[in-house]
Amino acid sequence: MEHPATPASRQPIHPRWVRLTHWINALAVLVLVTSGWRIYNASPFFPFQIPNGITLGGWLGGALQWHFAAMWLLAGNGLAYLVLNLLSGRLWRKFFPLSAAGVGRDVLAALRGRLSHADPRHYNSVQRLAYLFVMLDIVLLVLSGLVLWKSVQFPLLRELLGGYEFARRVHFVAMAALVAFVALHLVMVALVPRTLLTMLGGRSGNPS
Amino acid sequence: MKILQRPALPHVDAEAALAEARRLIARKIEQPARRAFLTRSLTMGGLSLLTGCRISDNDSVEAALGAISRFNDKAQGLLFDPTRLAPTYPASMITRPFPFNAYYSEDEVRVVDEASYRLDVTGLVADRRRWTLAQLRAMAQHDQITRHICVEGWSAIGRWGGVRFADFLQRVGADISAKYVGFKCADDYHTSIDMPTALHPQTLLALTYDGQPLPPKYGFPMKLRMPTKLGYKNPKHIQAIYVTNVHPGGYWEDQGYNWFGGS
Repeated sequence: MEHPATPASRQPIHPRWVRLTHWINALAVLVLVTSGWRIYNASPFFPFQIPNGITLGGWLGGALQWHFAAMWLLAGNGLAYLVLNLLSGRLWRKFFPLSAAGVGRDVLAALRGRLSHADPRHYNSVQRLAYLFVMLDIVLLVLSGLVLWKSVQFPLLRELLGGYEFARRVHFVAMAALVAFVALHLVMVALVPRTLLTMLGGRSGNPS
Repeated sequence: MKILQRPALPHVDAEAALAEARRLIARKIEQPARRAFLTRSLTMGGLSLLTGCRISDNDSVEAALGAISRFNDKAQGLLFDPTRLAPTYPASMITRPFPFNAYYSEDEVRVVDEASYRLDVTGLVADRRRWTLAQLRAMAQHDQITRHICVEGWSAIGRWGGVRFADFLQRVGADISAKYVGFKCADDYHTSIDMPTALHPQTLLALTYDGQPLPPKYGFPMKLRMPTKLGYKNPKHIQAIYVTNVHPGGYWEDQGYNWFGGS
């Protein structure tokens, strides 16, 4: 992927496949979360419902159709992302090493407003942790979703996730964690808008 | 082949051209915050389009979702293992009271008369005679304590007893190479299932609930009990069973619920 002849400043920060899978994932997550809220409302297990106005599908049957369509997009796209990430070595290059001390240091620096975002090619420890977390969280969402969709056909997975009813809670909590990540992610993008450009194909030439 | 090469521009100052290009590009990206805001606004606009649910009313969207749902029928057919059993539970785990669920409320439950009840068996079967309840009760009975999973997400554990549907299909000489088995019910409900699920060892023509004849609210005189399918695929008050190769659809399925509805 790297072309040494091209100056680094003229290359996109993120390879095309990262940008593509990022936006497909964003679309799939948007559809799955909003339709999932509608499905949850059909039989809530916490003492609250999601306002129907921010859900997708119009009714339970419609929400299920959206959910069971977008699940292929999330799973297929996620699998492609993970495979490319592993094969290209990007996973190790970008997200490791990761240490508790590093995360602690970067969290403190971030809270003091002193965390540097000067080099968008480099993820700080908090970013590494957050992105690795969301990868694992989506894997958990897919696995718990499989148990809800096909609890009889995946007995091992079902038992690992504590049975059908527990898997429903796991699926919900993993969704909530994903939504929390997205909220934080959007705040960070708003604070460092240049990162949005890099995900749209922006290059590392200093834009300011 | 010189003709395909770009002519050199001997009179252009390379440094000046580069500076000009930089200026042009910089103008486009000099206000990233504004661009970010616009992009986010577009995203929020898209979100509001989705959430108004209007998008589902669009015919082509509905057609696409329907096509994916039929693809999901096929995927589930492939995932379905005819020998894999749904988990069973001890009697202590039975949900009490077991919830009532139908497309109508509990005070509208149909009451079927036992003496005049006959089960019609038609379609691709050798023996099309009508069955009485006594004849069904005379066949080998099987019991199961399994989890009923509703399409709404909730689940409940119950105990059903009755005739293995595979035994029944064999007895009536059903063509088990046919694709579908359809059901028509006294409560005007109808649904249909795939043949592999019909032959699954846990698929029962249930005549009892928790050791007693099925009460009307659970589908007297007979319901189909399949722990490998969601609740709406388990019809109650069954009056007619037919074996067919023509996709029969169903009450909820025709409105958009997935036809296979397996778990």
